[in-house]
Amino acid sequence: MTTTTATRFPLATLVRAEVVQRMRVPGFVISSIVFPTMFFALFGLPNLGRSANGVDFGAYMMASYGAYAVMSVALVSFGVSISTERGLGWNKLLRASPLDPVAYFTAKVLMAMVLGLVSLVVLFAFAAVAGHISLPLLFWLKISGLLLLGMVPFVALGLAIGYLSSPTAAAPIANLISLPLSFGSGLFVPLQFLPAPVQHVAPYLPSYHVAELGWTLLGAGDGLGYAKHLLWVAGYAVAFMALAVIAYRRDEGKTFG
Amino acid sequence: MANTPAIELRNATKRFGALTALLDVSVVVQPGETVAMLGPNGAGKTTAVSLMLGMRTPTSGTARLFGGDPRIPSTRMRLGAMLQESGVPAMLTVHEIVELFGSLYSHPISAAAAIEAAQLGEKSTARVATLSGGQRQRLYFALAIVGDPDVLFLDEPTVALDVESRRAFWEQITLLTTRGKTVLLTTHYLEEADALANRIVVINSGVIVAQGTPAEIKSKVGGKHVRFMAGGLSREWLAALPGMQSVTHAGGQWLLYTLHPEDTLRAIFAKEVAISGLEVEGAGLEEAVLSLTSARSKAAA
Repeated sequence: MTTTTATRFPLATLVRAEVVQRMRVPGFVISSIVFPTMFFALFGLPNLGRSANGVDFGAYMMASYGAYAVMSVALVSFGVSISTERGLGWNKLLRASPLDPVAYFTAKVLMAMVLGLVSLVVLFAFAAVAGHISLPLLFWLKISGLLLLGMVPFVALGLAIGYLSSPTAAAPIANLISLPLSFGSGLFVPLQFLPAPVQHVAPYLPSYHVAELGWTLLGAGDGLGYAKHLLWVAGYAVAFMALAVIAYRRDEGKTFG
Repeated sequence: MANTPAIELRNATKRFGALTALLDVSVVVQPGETVAMLGPNGAGKTTAVSLMLGMRTPTSGTARLFGGDPRIPSTRMRLGAMLQESGVPAMLTVHEIVELFGSLYSHPISAAAAIEAAQLGEKSTARVATLSGGQRQRLYFALAIVGDPDVLFLDEPTVALDVESRRAFWEQITLLTTRGKTVLLTTHYLEEADALANRIVVINSGVIVAQGTPAEIKSKVGGKHVRFMAGGLSREWLAALPGMQSVTHAGGQWLLYTLHPEDTLRAIFAKEVAISGLEVEGAGLEEAVLSLTSARSKAAA
């Protein structure tokens, strides 16, 4: 019979189990991995060769859907999974185990990051092959790193959603937040084609600043620069983390039996 | 100083807002003991367990596990638990989830051995989502033992099982206790507490109403209803019989609740009165515990 070999690396085992179970849910794979690439195929590919904000429209939309991908993974895979596990009572068993809650959250965050990276790699590979977008290797590494950094506030927001909402409400709530944020930040349709009120609100949204990290790398940014965009991202990360901590404490105090 | 107790709950009170779930409860379990907390639903058993496991903090009083604070994760290395309303990720297989859980402990047994001990071998590669209620319960048992813990907490472990599976489960527990494991289980079956435990703590409405050996507890809560039609008996005489808890007389029928039904019947038969429609029926735990509670408050008054 097989023996357990994972003893010395509980974190690696946890992350692997997290990723494996997510990948076995067709709904998750479709919404977090297929959708960003499919949206790019539908709305980005037909506009290849046209120029937007001084760069190739296809590359611009690829960065937009990259931002959408990391946000969607963080809110849907990460946030909803936490809510589901609360509903299942899995976290109850873990709380009686020697697992440090810090390791539990670290595994969850790493799972979100791994799946975010998978989603980005699929999108970028599709864009490079089907869209003939040819960019240096360093560019692909940079944009992946920037977007994963931009994922952090959404991981915190996903955590808050996971602890605030019931298992059945979590997915609709995650979508109710991620879809308007995506639209309002110009991820689906570039901002210059959107009504003036949307253009005025966009620079205050977290998803806008995450997308700007990619657009700036392409040379199509709004000119604010990486530092200020990252400051916005960090600010939202702190605010959402505070919300998540409040939500976690509230859940911990709930009664049973 | 004696050995450090495996489990120690001292003067623990737990309030949830206006509700007092536990009031001044002390339970000490020595290594190797098997203790059952017996009580009806909502008695506070699960709350007591959640304090012992460090999942909740007592409003006042202390919870200790081998002398350590159970809220610190490393203290929980030595415990395994089956909890109520728990679940596991549906998309993982039995082997994956048991191996994952074992990896959280410093000296686990192999996942295969835990699954085998839980008699779930043929479902090893099945996804959790496909398991029946009874198979799930066996999976939770595998999770409780995979870390090779010294102390096992079993919160209503057989509540979803049929009679046959319950017996098989009892055998598993007995096997563990003979290997020196400490077990604390909660149940609302007197029969189960009797079969497994060497000490029973009866709890109701958040307070301990009795504790002792199974024989002692059975003599207190193992009461029976005795029903019959008969003339020539007086209420006073019946009420004075040993172990008699209550006497009701309606429409010519006597309804007795007694802790010693055999003695009661012997005394009635000795009176040589004509008896018809005799029925003897075991009382529910709720009722038995209530009679204990009222006996206790009478004694205190």
